[in-house]
Amino acid sequence: MSGEPSSEAILACKGLSKHFGGVRALSDVSFEARRGEVTAVIGDNGAGKSTLIRCLVGVNVPDDGEIFFDGRRHPFANPDEARKAGIETVHQNLSLIDELTVVQNLFLNREIVRRVGPLALLDRPAMKREARAMLSRLSINVPSVSARVRRLSGGQRQAISICRAVGSGAKVVVMDEPTAALGVQETANVEALIRRLREQAVSVVLVSHNFDQVRRLSDRIWVMRAGRVVATVQSAETTGNELVALVTGAA
Amino acid sequence: MNNPADNAPVQKAGATEESRTSLTALLTDLSFWADWASVVGLVGLVIVFGIAQPIFLSVANLQALLLAAAILVVLATGQTFVVATSGIDLSLAAAVMLGAIVLGLVHAAGWGIFLACVLAVAATSAVGLLNGVLITVGKIPDFVVTLGTLSAITGLGLILSGGEPTMVGSPFLLKLTSGSFGPFGYPVWVAAGVVLAAHVALFHTRFGVHLLATGGQAESAHSLGIRTNRIKIAAYTISGFCAGIASLLLVARIGSAEPLINTSLLLNSVAAVVLGGVSLFGGRASILGPAIGALMLTALVNGLTLLSVSAFYQPLAVGAIVVLAALIMRYQR
Repeated sequence: MSGEPSSEAILACKGLSKHFGGVRALSDVSFEARRGEVTAVIGDNGAGKSTLIRCLVGVNVPDDGEIFFDGRRHPFANPDEARKAGIETVHQNLSLIDELTVVQNLFLNREIVRRVGPLALLDRPAMKREARAMLSRLSINVPSVSARVRRLSGGQRQAISICRAVGSGAKVVVMDEPTAALGVQETANVEALIRRLREQAVSVVLVSHNFDQVRRLSDRIWVMRAGRVVATVQSAETTGNELVALVTGAA
Repeated sequence: MNNPADNAPVQKAGATEESRTSLTALLTDLSFWADWASVVGLVGLVIVFGIAQPIFLSVANLQALLLAAAILVVLATGQTFVVATSGIDLSLAAAVMLGAIVLGLVHAAGWGIFLACVLAVAATSAVGLLNGVLITVGKIPDFVVTLGTLSAITGLGLILSGGEPTMVGSPFLLKLTSGSFGPFGYPVWVAAGVVLAAHVALFHTRFGVHLLATGGQAESAHSLGIRTNRIKIAAYTISGFCAGIASLLLVARIGSAEPLINTSLLLNSVAAVVLGGVSLFGGRASILGPAIGALMLTALVNGLTLLSVSAFYQPLAVGAIVVLAALIMRYQR
């Protein structure tokens, strides 16, 4: 268990194991996501993708193994610690507050305030301005930053979740099935957004079921099967058939 | 089951969406009515009562109306904080009684009126704090907890007071209830101050946004590092604090501390919140809405009295209006 991950790695792990009761979810998994790249994790249901991600962002604590973040050994006891260190997770559903506006969601729990005497009041004009800038930097279209999130489409909501993660200054954005619940056009929009993140050198870890999507978006693909990493391939050098074979174990 | 008639309302709703700017669309848009129910209701009542009984619009009556509404406005403001977290505070009126009794007993013991007022507000705030802790740390449903404290502090009030009213003859409270600044009595200014402070807290501070986020989706808010339990405890404590302010106004108004619960204060506080467009599911609130809702309910009682309608009809009218308002709320966007 010696040896640090390569200096290109922003988020990595070595020898990670985790079991739930008698079920072995991860056995001796080593993984790394490189700085400024989109790293995909694929695998069948129950292959251990989600458990791996949950261990990396502090939702689950691994039984064994080491986690490295930004070149240093760095286990996270809970998601809050991971977020403070610079890892933002975009969950499929659990992220936006429907009744709040786009601005309020983008700045939730990191609101901009100005001091007025003894009071710290919200600086709403500044947040609106900043929110518009954040959205336009990623070319995200919403009717108005003052619109309630409830009235937006699934794709717009996902885009705002991603924008919030990036806007908090995250070094790594982890996305768990970001397009699973979206229609064709909305999926295309979110994919375009992920490409723009890559252009802006944001490191992304992408968990997906969709092999075509993974090949389109990522630099490197990690394939998991039955709790182990079975292959690492360059996205540019693989085919859909090869991925299917690796995932199912036919290769 | 899938006949064309089923689709018709959907198409209609879509059309309304597109032409929202036109006045007719606005007037047929139920969401508009839901958001502005209290204002529309108040304006409607003023017009109806003003025509039916011109005395209603006299300056003296309007001043009396505002004075009578002050207590309910303060309570509705407190209730709003709790409802915005998708909770409910059923112990509100009982807390008012406890505050009054503490005030009366401390004053009777000769400790001075200011200390008596401070201790009354402290007692009701403590009730709110207890509610919040039991609900969050104890993980007990809000209505069970506040129903429990409703009964417990009613009993406590009866034990402390021995079931007897205590006269509170204080020049300070007399001045508070009868004095005025400008056109309005002091209680009206107190209520306006509470409303202003609450509005700033809810819409211009981080606490306010976190409160609405907690009420909207507590789990999501928690996952973003918002301490939702603390927020909820704070909301119930604010509600208790408002009950304390209301108890001062009440004792000042009637001149004694009575071990009686005015249940209509509780029901009307919830009613004002619903009329004010605050979602009972949490996450969506307004302070001006419930304040105007409280004015509207007071205007209703005032107007019916001026029209010599028996007081027996008033709860019936309030109940009907609240259920109607709750129905309209379903169309809020």
